[in-house]
Amino acid sequence: MSGILPYPLLSLALLVLWLLLNQSISAGHVILGSVLAVLASWAMAALRPEKPRIRRPGAALRLTGMVVVDILRSNLAVGRIIVRSREPGVNAGFMTIPLDMRSRQGLAVLSIIITSTPGTIWMNYDAAKGTLLLHVLDLVDETVWIRTIKGRYERLLMEIFE
Amino acid sequence: MTALGDLPAWAAFLVAFCVLLGAAVTLIGSIGLLRLSNFYARVHAPTLGATLGMVSILLGSAFYFTMLEGRPVVHEILIAVFVTLTTPVTLMLLARAALYRDRTEGSTEVPASEVVEDLIPPGQERPKERMP
Repeated sequence: MSGILPYPLLSLALLVLWLLLNQSISAGHVILGSVLAVLASWAMAALRPEKPRIRRPGAALRLTGMVVVDILRSNLAVGRIIVRSREPGVNAGFMTIPLDMRSRQGLAVLSIIITSTPGTIWMNYDAAKGTLLLHVLDLVDETVWIRTIKGRYERLLMEIFE
Repeated sequence: MTALGDLPAWAAFLVAFCVLLGAAVTLIGSIGLLRLSNFYARVHAPTLGATLGMVSILLGSAFYFTMLEGRPVVHEILIAVFVTLTTPVTLMLLARAALYRDRTEGSTEVPASEVVEDLIPPGQERPKERMP
């Protein structure tokens, strides 16, 4: 796929973006959007980014569902801490998690997942040691967070990206 | 929202519920900004508005315009995608800047930096010293 379409997924996403923005699936917009999507993917190819290997769409779908449920649950948990707790943030703290994943794309997705989930923030990734520094709002039991991040997210992300 | 009168009552209630829920969640997040004690804890609060609050208001918007125009209006999903991709990056930038500042000031509240070259991504060599 290195000829006309160096990044087929990117081109497809850009075409969908164009059609959604214009709120139309007329032939004219499909053609215009396709031309723009292909041109943009050529521009992307000129930057020569490291080509990600994305496999297992089923795992990606399962991960998405998991993240949506977790974000919903964390919203409730953090909301409860803010509203109910007499001294909110008293349990907040830093923790370190050893990661096995080395794929840069996988780590990028993991950082977005962790930070957009209320209650956890990605602070720092130590590439030499492969450890991740997190800040957690409700740090009562570290093993729960390690189990969530390693068992739920990292395993699926490694299936997708490695 | 005077056009809300054109909608059937159940649809108007649903739209109002979604928008009010989103607004309430975002408000709780903003209250969190006030109530939480230090910077690192405070960074957690706005994510409420950026996730459930945002999705809920967008659902209300998509449903309202779908009912009003009689065709599916779903381009709100783009807002959701872009907010989800950009907010965490901003929050990480803020949190890391705070961590850097605290470490530079020698604060004991934050874990100390052990490796200086931790900004180099995996699979990439360290930049070589330039020859004079």
